[in-house]
Amino acid sequence: MIQDPPLLDVRGLTTEFVVARKGAARTVRAVDGVSLQVQRGETLGLVGESGCGKSVTALSIIRLVQPPGRITGGTIVFEGRDLTTLDEPEMRRVRGARIGFVFQEPMTALNPVFTIGDQIAESLVVHGLAGRAAARSRAVELLEAVRIPEPRKRAGDYPHQLSGGMRQRALIAAAISCCPSLLIADEPTTALDVTIQAEILDLLREMRAQFGLALLLITHDLGVVAHLADRVAVMYAGRIVEEGPTATVLSRPAHPYTRGLLRSLPGSAPGTRLRAIPGAVPDLSALPAGCAFSPRCADREARCDQRPPEPVALSPDHHTRCYLHTKAG
Amino acid sequence: MMPLVDVRGLVKEFSRRPTPFSRSSVVRAVDGVSFVVDEGETFGLVGESGSGKTTTGRCMLRLIEPTSGQFLFGSRDVFALKAADMRAVRRDMQMVFQDPYASLNPRMRAGVIVEEGLVIHGVGTRQERKDRVRELFALVGLDETQLEHYPHEFSGGQRQRIGLARALALRPSLLVADEPVSALDVSIQAQIINLFMELQQALALTLIFIAHDLRLVRHLCTRVAVMYRGRIVEMGRIDEVFREPAHPYTRALLSAVPDPDPRAQQQRVTFDVAATDLGAPLRDVAPGHQAAI
Repeated sequence: MIQDPPLLDVRGLTTEFVVARKGAARTVRAVDGVSLQVQRGETLGLVGESGCGKSVTALSIIRLVQPPGRITGGTIVFEGRDLTTLDEPEMRRVRGARIGFVFQEPMTALNPVFTIGDQIAESLVVHGLAGRAAARSRAVELLEAVRIPEPRKRAGDYPHQLSGGMRQRALIAAAISCCPSLLIADEPTTALDVTIQAEILDLLREMRAQFGLALLLITHDLGVVAHLADRVAVMYAGRIVEEGPTATVLSRPAHPYTRGLLRSLPGSAPGTRLRAIPGAVPDLSALPAGCAFSPRCADREARCDQRPPEPVALSPDHHTRCYLHTKAG
Repeated sequence: MMPLVDVRGLVKEFSRRPTPFSRSSVVRAVDGVSFVVDEGETFGLVGESGSGKTTTGRCMLRLIEPTSGQFLFGSRDVFALKAADMRAVRRDMQMVFQDPYASLNPRMRAGVIVEEGLVIHGVGTRQERKDRVRELFALVGLDETQLEHYPHEFSGGQRQRIGLARALALRPSLLVADEPVSALDVSIQAQIINLFMELQQALALTLIFIAHDLRLVRHLCTRVAVMYRGRIVEMGRIDEVFREPAHPYTRALLSAVPDPDPRAQQQRVTFDVAATDLGAPLRDVAPGHQAAI
């Protein structure tokens, strides 16, 4: 069977920030050789804690990393073109049109002085997909698609007139307005209450089916991943440490970090000690020479501190970066 | 068991000043909340944003003044106390705040932050206070060498340990913790939850744990009250409420938490506000388990 090329094929993506610390400029590698693929219509969950590089990975893919950060290596092939080679006008035709984006905080992602109808219509007009009037009525249709009641009336509302959940719906409507093939959602439900979160996750699932969207879902919540993602990639200190089908990774995690995360969740035996991961997330400007997780790892061996492990295939679709799964020697 | 906390009919209203676009109005953030917490118990107060859970906690410590109601704390009628007497009571009840970044003064060293309450309440000599701060640092798992560090030199989890040390400095019997781990990374949350459980046992603390994370509340608490729009809609022993939720809102809330177990079959229940009598009083649905239905 010949598989179609992936919709998004990121290889060896490296993004660095130059930071001044104690007078000297230092380079911090926020994303370190990340490779990931998203097939058409597929949902990939990118999981990790704050500072692990998951948001910078997303911003790098749409080339919105702001100085002092910049992409220093790798390729980002999307719909057959390497985005790293595009000039800014070409890139602008990709952003919003072919790749939609949903951010964590819907209030800051929306412009407070324009109505939500205008903001949804804007990308259609900018990308030349519709005239003003057509874009306006399309905006109302989109608000209906994301289940906002009284869409015609709501299109004239300003962001502050909507609740958090409704704002996130409006933002999703704007993100899918140009029928992109890929939607990148960065912690789309983190700022929301749990009942609203459930509604937004349902909506994302529906939109994915209705518009044939592929989804790159960035989150720290393993529950959200279990709910929505076909495959999951776990990031730690700028690297993907495990990647595979969601059910496999969550039920048979291979990397000690993934195992630790799942074990530390409350759930099984109320009132007992939780099995916490010791230590803290490392400072990216002072990473150990070997595996970045080794200082916190119970399975640490001598070789862990020498050089970071290479990815190992546990099965054709399940990979991890850990010496536990490579033969010593 | 003696009840240590007895809150009766707590009401807190906020008035909104008129603007050119709207008339003045009154928002009832907490609307007649009553609950009892036994000594040594961990009581969970859960709800979504705007449900009034944080306001309830703040009113209890009179960080904001309640509009009406009564709070019996042991033998003391807290809301009836004058400011000077209130100060003495506050030694005995302390708060841990949600945001470990905003709740520590960035210009004060960690040791000074923890010591401040002792100074204000005139506890001990200078040397005794220094010793107590060292003891507290050890108690919450911080290193003595960090006494002179400023808050920005600590990670989020460590800052929450400082917040906890500060709250425990005066040996309170009641600790109100308002979302103490929600700003922390997943891998750090478990460490702080373990610390809460250890300290509660070691110090025989009574703990009111305000949170939106139902999994955490289930793990940590012995009883729980579910708040919705300023009212308690359900209250009871933690295993009862989770096993047999009686109020439609509680059912919706419990079913909305995404389960990280890929084998879990989740059936989501939605909450129909219009079909629910939000004014219904709490009534017994099982021994020690009440719901407003």
